Amino acid sequence: MARHWWKALAILLLIYVIIAGFTVKIPIIGTNGQSSRGLFFHVPMWICMYTMYTISIIYSLLYLSKYDLKKDVIASSAAGVGTFFGVLGFATGTLWATYTWGGTLTDDPKQMCTAIAILIYMAYLVLRMSVHDLDKRARISAVFNIFAFALLIPLTYIIPRMVDSLHPGSATTPGFASKDTDGSMKTVLYPAFIGWTLLSVWIFSLVVRFRKLQLKNIFK
Amino acid sequence: MINRAFSFCLTLALLFISVLANAQQQNTEKGAVNEFFRSNDKIYVIVGVLVIIFLGIVLFLINLDRKIGKLEERDRNGL
Repeated sequence: MARHWWKALAILLLIYVIIAGFTVKIPIIGTNGQSSRGLFFHVPMWICMYTMYTISIIYSLLYLSKYDLKKDVIASSAAGVGTFFGVLGFATGTLWATYTWGGTLTDDPKQMCTAIAILIYMAYLVLRMSVHDLDKRARISAVFNIFAFALLIPLTYIIPRMVDSLHPGSATTPGFASKDTDGSMKTVLYPAFIGWTLLSVWIFSLVVRFRKLQLKNIFK
Repeated sequence: MINRAFSFCLTLALLFISVLANAQQQNTEKGAVNEFFRSNDKIYVIVGVLVIIFLGIVLFLINLDRKIGKLEERDRNGL
């Protein structure tokens, strides 16, 4: 039981985030209204996605240095869970955009670039399914993963920062600086980051354990 | 353990049937809890809804974690 403490921490933090996320007093600014509370649920999805994709790229590199199939299992599981959270982040973002930007899928650079980035990772998952030889699959997808991560960062961090976008964190609306977020929101936002990330790690660990059991004959 | 969880869920489901029977009737009961849930345009009702959904997902994850753990143990014992 002692090694499950972080799962309990994730549950407690997220119950706090759900309750406080709706009840904490937030500044009402512009067209956002109460929808600013989406910050506690939409942004952590992306934090989870980046965490998973970072784990994925690290294990892909480790795979390519030692050709150990266990590393490939970890890399692909992380990419799968990361894409899951990316889709959740995208879906929540489009819903939010519908009522604040005036369109579900607009020509906003942040939204478009993110869609492309997620599609690249979906291509990674499809590529894996199309190669049946385990070693070949692991090598090809590990190399693809490096390119996918190399595109993820410019697509989601650099390009949206250079051009105008309605999304906070673009050239004209810097945002996300520590002084731009209200103090009362930070008391929920930071626990939300930790809680959701721990939850994603939990889901990821379950996927890895399942896949290792599935492939136990090959690992022995 | 799983049987106990199942019977708990069943009890909960049966409890809700009695709630459904009274669905046509507006809940006007007094009391601190009822007043709290009706305050602020009933937003706390939805907070409760989300907590219930989240706890459901968590119970599912804990159950899955246990099942995989049991499989791993069986695997370690060489079965």
